Amino acid sequence: MIAINNYLALASILFVIGIFGVFLNKKNIIIILMSIELMLLAVNINFVAFSTYLNDIMGQVFSLLVLTVAAAEAAIGLAILVIYFRNKGSIAVEDITEMKG
Amino acid sequence: MIVVNLLFYLFSFIMIASAFMVILSRNPVHSVLFLILCFFNSAGIFLILGAEFLAFILVIVYVGAVAVLFLFVVMMLDVEFKSISSTVISYLPIGMTIGVIVLAELMLVLFTWKRDYSVTDNLSITSDKQYSNTEIIGLVLYTDNILFFQLAGLILLASMIGAIVLTVNHRPSAKRQDINKQVERDAENSIKNIDMKPGSGI
Repeated sequence: MIAINNYLALASILFVIGIFGVFLNKKNIIIILMSIELMLLAVNINFVAFSTYLNDIMGQVFSLLVLTVAAAEAAIGLAILVIYFRNKGSIAVEDITEMKG
Repeated sequence: MIVVNLLFYLFSFIMIASAFMVILSRNPVHSVLFLILCFFNSAGIFLILGAEFLAFILVIVYVGAVAVLFLFVVMMLDVEFKSISSTVISYLPIGMTIGVIVLAELMLVLFTWKRDYSVTDNLSITSDKQYSNTEIIGLVLYTDNILFFQLAGLILLASMIGAIVLTVNHRPSAKRQDINKQVERDAENSIKNIDMKPGSGI
């Protein structure tokens, strides 16, 4: 059996790649949404790895809940993106500073 | 055993490489395709871990629904293609600082953490070889965690209503069915006798 540290290292590297994707991006909100998906995937890998190594199914049940929330978040985020693009004609991150309120 | 190890490293390597390509590629369509590749490889990782149900849910729900939704939106929006590298310089210091701090924290946890064996051994249900992984999740999800299950359904309902309300597009020119108008309509109101002279229009 592969040591659990390998899975944890993989998940942390994936999470940090997601953080980089959020921070180093100025042009495209879709890439930011995809980076959030990557971070949630890293969290899921942690949950499942601990679930297997601790012999406890609750990690996988919770991971299912995380998947549900991620799908809902993607749907809402993309809907907001579509109406924003319909209003402004651009989805660049730097243009969002024009928002009021 | 060595095959499983090799598969783990293969899946991990492709996964990290495709995650890099998600945030670095110039074309958003390529980003979505690399995201799909990343999800496939993490499904492989889940299979190695023995979580078959989640692996197939990941392929079905994520690759089948969420990634295709991303693909649709990317293709529909028709944005200009710009690489992250043109803007990466100005944000590199703060992004690098935060990334390094988080990575250091995670690695600190990783190499100093030890398992407390006394915590969860009373819940050992995955070691029960009598049931498959899917059956175990079903046994737990629909009984002990029915609240989780219903909350997940509620979240999905709320997000569905939210997405529809946000993106619905009312055009006044579109012809719609008005049930009240149809029901109220009767012969007296809809038939008129017009006495008109020959040769003239209405």
